Amino acid sequence: MTRASLTLLLIAILCAFVADIEVTTLDPWGELGRMAWGALTPDASVLYTFRNALLNTVTFAFCGISLGIVAGGLLSAGFQLTPVRLFCGFIRAIHEIFWAFLFLPVVGLNPVCGILAIGIPYAGVFAKVYSEIWQEADRRPLRGLPATASGLSRFLYGLLPLTLPALRNYTSYRFECALRSSAVLGFIGLPTLGFHLETAFREGLYSEAAILMYAFYLLIGSLRYWVKPRLIPLYVLLSIGLTSTAIRLSWANLTRFFSYEILPWPIRRQGFVDGSGDLSLPVDQTWTWLVTRFTDQALPGIYDTAILTQIALAATGLLTLLALPSICRHFASPLVSRLSHYVLIVARTTPEYILAYIFVQLWGPSLLPAIAAIALHNGAILAYLSGQHADRIQLRLDAPGRRADRYGFEVLPRIYGQLLAFLFYRWEIMMRESAILGILGITTLGFFIDSAIAEDKMDQFVLLLLVTAFLNMGIDSLSQRLRKGLHISIGSVKTVE
Amino acid sequence: MKPVRMAILLTLALTTAPLAQTFHFTAIPDQNTARLKERFDKIATYLSDKLEVPTKYIPVKSYSASVAAFKNNDVQLAWFGGLSGVQARRAVPGAQAIAQGEEDMAFVTYFIANTSTGLEASDGFPAAIEAHTFTFGSKGSTSGRLMPEFFIRRHFQKSPNQIFKRVGFSGDHSKTIALVQSGSYQVGAVNFAVWEKEVKAGIIDTSKVRVIWKTPTYPDYNWSIRGDADAAYGEGFIARVKDALLSMSDRNLLDSFPRAKFIAADNKMYEPILETAVDVGIIEK
Repeated sequence: MTRASLTLLLIAILCAFVADIEVTTLDPWGELGRMAWGALTPDASVLYTFRNALLNTVTFAFCGISLGIVAGGLLSAGFQLTPVRLFCGFIRAIHEIFWAFLFLPVVGLNPVCGILAIGIPYAGVFAKVYSEIWQEADRRPLRGLPATASGLSRFLYGLLPLTLPALRNYTSYRFECALRSSAVLGFIGLPTLGFHLETAFREGLYSEAAILMYAFYLLIGSLRYWVKPRLIPLYVLLSIGLTSTAIRLSWANLTRFFSYEILPWPIRRQGFVDGSGDLSLPVDQTWTWLVTRFTDQALPGIYDTAILTQIALAATGLLTLLALPSICRHFASPLVSRLSHYVLIVARTTPEYILAYIFVQLWGPSLLPAIAAIALHNGAILAYLSGQHADRIQLRLDAPGRRADRYGFEVLPRIYGQLLAFLFYRWEIMMRESAILGILGITTLGFFIDSAIAEDKMDQFVLLLLVTAFLNMGIDSLSQRLRKGLHISIGSVKTVE
Repeated sequence: MKPVRMAILLTLALTTAPLAQTFHFTAIPDQNTARLKERFDKIATYLSDKLEVPTKYIPVKSYSASVAAFKNNDVQLAWFGGLSGVQARRAVPGAQAIAQGEEDMAFVTYFIANTSTGLEASDGFPAAIEAHTFTFGSKGSTSGRLMPEFFIRRHFQKSPNQIFKRVGFSGDHSKTIALVQSGSYQVGAVNFAVWEKEVKAGIIDTSKVRVIWKTPTYPDYNWSIRGDADAAYGEGFIARVKDALLSMSDRNLLDSFPRAKFIAADNKMYEPILETAVDVGIIEK
């Protein structure tokens, strides 16, 4: 484990040498001051103006997660089959924002876009986690069932009752994520909270931005008061009802997009020029097209995405180690640990995308704001999880008295394996996020994807999307292999996504 | 079953299906993106009155979203830039440019620089901008990206990434001005109409940022409409939309764009834009 950690650190240091981590703005502190002033003087009047955005944030989340649960539940039934597993890995590997980018030109500006963008990747996540929960479940009740029982009965009577609490825990945690995703989708144009948040930050209207952020924290912080099991069917039906009126699907658009626009340009060129719309396959030109897209966009994009991910991964680890003592009962007083908890809650509730957006306003578009955003968000999550773990352990009687010694020689060695497992577990998530942050002008894969969209080149967009997905799947399987090789596991905690 | 019944009733109460077929339009978010809705809702009211068809403004976040909305028939009319107009009309057979601002036949991009760079205004291309940091506007902008990139490539025979220390895309023209004024970028390319409007409004601190070059002229913004609008809203509808736009005379409305007035336009006027976009590599041919 020491070797793995040091290797990670070494890679990150090497990456930092070639990474572009310059502050390009001239007056970051002045801007920060204006943001702080905005945070102190929230402008509540805009909440009424933006009420529809708030409503959409919630309804998209409800519809999206419902789709994810149903589809993910069905997929989890076949999760032992390799094709199903790969398929789930694939849909999971594409970030919600990229899914929205895909659906925006296909279904247009309507709720379906947001619902599918949340529902599809969530289905992949649910399929995986549900099937893991069912695998880890106690098998004994199953043995009590008659041998002739059908698969469905075995599931309903043998498996489901035992695992229901775990399923419910995980699903409710994902609802919080869905709200975050829904809000962030506004940044690229869906009518949710992020739509107005992006404008407010862009135009420097920090009092407006502040009230929108507060509304968002309140929404998430108050979840357990208004999302009651009894009321969920009501919410879901209401959400479906409210969104369905705005839905309009055009079959012609769907066909045009999937059977024409995403084909590499050389295949379409002849038919476009002569006006017939026919397809042809000029092998040489298509190959050249593919190669130039790889050398000019995919490879530079992968390079920066990987550099960013590796630095962010190490930074997350270091930040976790730094923050951990402040929330752990073995080191901090109850007051300090309570306060630190609040800071961590804010850091992990704020989506990386929003953090990065704020940091880009402050420092300009280099890798620096992206590293800070990813490390802060993930560090807060890991510190929280490791803190819980550390709180549970009993100190040995001969534990060192000095706090630094106690941390380094007693607590850390006992929790380090799981901490490292968490970190590796989030590796793929960080890479997915690194790619996304390219939309903000940082030259990771998202930058080239955003350019393809801006230039209306759907063929290029889909190619880069596939590259991104396969990159993430690769990291995912590497991380699993590493965790197996190091004999570390995240335990049965399923709230680390 | 109680919650279910309640949901159905509530849904029915909250949603009223529109009876008449609504006409939708959008506009590229090219400047001052806050209050877009207030600005363009006024235009929607004007068009509703003139056309006697309920008209609604659909806000979008990006140039590409406006093109996608036009392609998908989410909007039938759009206020595009030169480039986004070409992209949209290329994808929708029969679509036509029907109007442009009086300024749009001879549009200009200003290259602006932070005064700390010492760059001075010149008549010819300002070659001294090399090795500075540079920001375009939106990736899909004509005056903020396409034309400046074209002139830069033509002069240096290299791509912007090879010429400048850092290349950025601010997203819109107001932001470009703000970034160059604050020094976050040393040089930028901006739509002249937005610059003039903000200078007049006193938003720009001219001791910190100045114009260093005005590009040759080119055709830019346009109102484009889908060719199937006549079939959907009745014979002669496109002509009526065109009339409504050309007869817009209220300063309050025209300032949203900002244009002195609208004049007739057609697709052919934008062929230079298409050729330039192919030249720069934004559109494939």
